[in-house]
Amino acid sequence: MYAALWHVLPGPIWVKIILLLVLVAVVVWALFTWVFPWVDGIVNPIDVTVEE
Amino acid sequence: MIGELFVTVGVLILLFLGWQLWWNDAILAGQQSAAAGESSSEWTADAVRPTDAPEPTVDEGGIEDFGEPVVSTAEHANGDAFAVMYVPRFGEGSQRTVAQGVGLDVLNSNRLGVGHYPDTAMPGAVGNFAIAAHRSAYGGGMHEIEQLQLGDAIYIQTPDGWYTYRFRDFEYVTPTTVEVLAPVPHRPELQPVDRIITLTTCNPLYSTAERIAAYGVLESWRPAWAGPPAEIAADVANWGT
Repeated sequence: MYAALWHVLPGPIWVKIILLLVLVAVVVWALFTWVFPWVDGIVNPIDVTVEE
Repeated sequence: MIGELFVTVGVLILLFLGWQLWWNDAILAGQQSAAAGESSSEWTADAVRPTDAPEPTVDEGGIEDFGEPVVSTAEHANGDAFAVMYVPRFGEGSQRTVAQGVGLDVLNSNRLGVGHYPDTAMPGAVGNFAIAAHRSAYGGGMHEIEQLQLGDAIYIQTPDGWYTYRFRDFEYVTPTTVEVLAPVPHRPELQPVDRIITLTTCNPLYSTAERIAAYGVLESWRPAWAGPPAEIAADVANWGT
């Protein structure tokens, strides 16, 4: 699927690389802003207290 | 195709861990620290010296003695902020708000961070003032706990004043060892005579397999109008700015 993405990106190789970096940055930003805070509430609560 | 999917999932999990342990941790640490500084400054600004307040006596160690510590009898609902913890050994900006309850709503909060075990003593009281915070992630209020050294100060500020505890020792226990919270730790049948503090968090770092408890003993108390203890006055003055 990443090969297909590479073919879809326009321009010479350096344009493709820049576009790819921008895409990665946008995806990571979306993950950090929305996806991870949402996932955090669902999985893996880190327990630090002593309790029975 | 399948291989790419697996690699992608792996990268996403690593990214999530990076977000949880460092990115979100650093953001929450800054917000919790700022919120605690605000509360501290407000309480200091609101403090008024009563006209009949006696002058403190000074003991041979140079510590001003303001008499018996005031112990709050206020009832706090879950999530109520009532104190600020500051441990200079934990570093600059390590002040955190202490709120009632040890649920994730308190410990993972972006303005609280330290939780008070509801059935334990209040600051300054005879018995055990027991609190909990994260070791890693969510602002890590007790991240540097293993760096405590004998005699290190643990300051607890409330609207009533400043309680100075001195760190005494560590204990490593299983997550179900609630006996560390007893008024006399491990001896729930005994009547307490000491005023102690117990910090609990997870151990080892980046694991929840065990708990580490750090015990301290109350050394002195100052009413709010007397201002913060001299040795941290400069640190505290920076919080409000």
